[in-house]
Amino acid sequence: MLNFKELEGYNFQKNVHCFQQGDLLIGYDVNSGSIHLLDEETFTILKTLESLYSTEGHLSQEALARELRLAGNLPNNETVSEILAELEELRQEGTLFSREPEKIAAVYPEKPIVKAICLHVAHDCNLRCEYCFAGTGAFGGSRTLMDLETGKRGIDFVLAASRHRNHCEVDFFGGEPLINFGVVKALVDYGKKAARAQNKTIKFTLTTNGVLLNEAIQNFLEEEEISVVLSLDGRPEIHDRMRPHADGRGSYGEVVPRIQQFTSLRPKTSPYAIGTYYYVRGTYTHFNCDFDRDVLHMADLGIRQISVEPVVAGPQDPYAFQEGDLAEIYDAYDRLGEEILERQAQGRGFNFFHFNVALDNGPCLPKRLSGCGAGHEYVAVSPEGDLYPCHQFVGQEAFKLGSLYNQDPLDLKADLVQEFRAANIYAKPACQDCWARFSCSGGCHAANTAFTQKLTEVYELGCKLQRKRLEVALYVKIKGIQQNRDEL
Amino acid sequence: MAKHIQTVVKANLSATVKTGGCGNCQTSCQSACKTSCTVGNQVCVK
Repeated sequence: MLNFKELEGYNFQKNVHCFQQGDLLIGYDVNSGSIHLLDEETFTILKTLESLYSTEGHLSQEALARELRLAGNLPNNETVSEILAELEELRQEGTLFSREPEKIAAVYPEKPIVKAICLHVAHDCNLRCEYCFAGTGAFGGSRTLMDLETGKRGIDFVLAASRHRNHCEVDFFGGEPLINFGVVKALVDYGKKAARAQNKTIKFTLTTNGVLLNEAIQNFLEEEEISVVLSLDGRPEIHDRMRPHADGRGSYGEVVPRIQQFTSLRPKTSPYAIGTYYYVRGTYTHFNCDFDRDVLHMADLGIRQISVEPVVAGPQDPYAFQEGDLAEIYDAYDRLGEEILERQAQGRGFNFFHFNVALDNGPCLPKRLSGCGAGHEYVAVSPEGDLYPCHQFVGQEAFKLGSLYNQDPLDLKADLVQEFRAANIYAKPACQDCWARFSCSGGCHAANTAFTQKLTEVYELGCKLQRKRLEVALYVKIKGIQQNRDEL
Repeated sequence: MAKHIQTVVKANLSATVKTGGCGNCQTSCQSACKTSCTVGNQVCVK
């Protein structure tokens, strides 16, 4: 029998999430990360407990019995007893009703250990994407390219700022980094040699729109084992509407053959971005809330690693989501989950990035609490050598952390570093009672700041989408496990 | 085997408070603009 005394004061909504997705009734224990499949009676009992906690603030067997009676058409006493006994078993083994561990205070050295940088090698772009947060490539400034000297200083910075860490990451970003391919090439050579001299390694990634991705560049990326993120929004009309050239011409026809050619070189890419990988990513907007069709279009092009993500836009933007869009977007995630399962069963599956959750070997809790590390583990470098918390803050003077051309580039603006370090989920009121807190880490700092002007207030639409994605992700994972079992 | 509840994943995330935090994992990105890796999609490198 469930020990209600042990559950005194237990915040059900925050710690156990019960939901229906497709034909599954799922119980997710937030603090342990355990997942249970429930029958209808158990689901009813757990939802009743959840509602009791929210209305009365505590749980008891008498209150449960009363609520079940009031609702009518409910499990008989014997069934209820069986279920409560099973729930107690799970409670005792720590896989249900588990407690949140005491809040841990992250301990950081005085000077941050920066292990990853984003080099903005080009604040210029050969496309004029409507939703570009970089102001179509220039980040609110003039169109400039990073010179080799600044890039080398960036590499030296991350090798020094990473201190005892042996693995560093350097991302070539823009604008469009291939506009400055000569510098990219030289920096890969320089970075590899400089890292080797210090017994370190650098993992390089490059984010490109694909326009300039010719065979020679593809070969270079292959030979140098550089991971690549390629941009494609899906169906031709969707892509061309948002991703035109400066003269208004669409870019779909140009980029698709190049993306197909390149992705075919990496058939064994890890869906979890391990090793040298590729991802083809797109952005969906108000104009394509049925973005599942875009994902499937990309899968039909032979692309196996796909990520299509919601645009972050101000209300004045015509492509920004509107209140009525949410239901349509939820439906799209539902349809996408089912379609992925169907294709998996047919042996033509693909990975949708936001449905990838590593259920039993995901990141540790300290990592989940702190999130992306922007501003202290990760910084972005503008073409001029200025340092910012991440690529999305570049050009915003209030967020400037320092410069590669300062006397001591490692001396970052301490109060800003501290502000970013402190912006973990415990500092965000909206995250306190959210069941998805350990899977999203409080969202994107840049999106939160853009919408709320604060690092510790969240972008609510982003939260809603995150929770929906996670529900479908858990469902797809469970179904996948069931499919595999059936095949054994 | 339980009659009403089937455990699909038995995990102990809370315990990683003590065992985790090595900092060797890939940097994650929570934003919509860059798919380097978001926390929810990562695996532990340990």
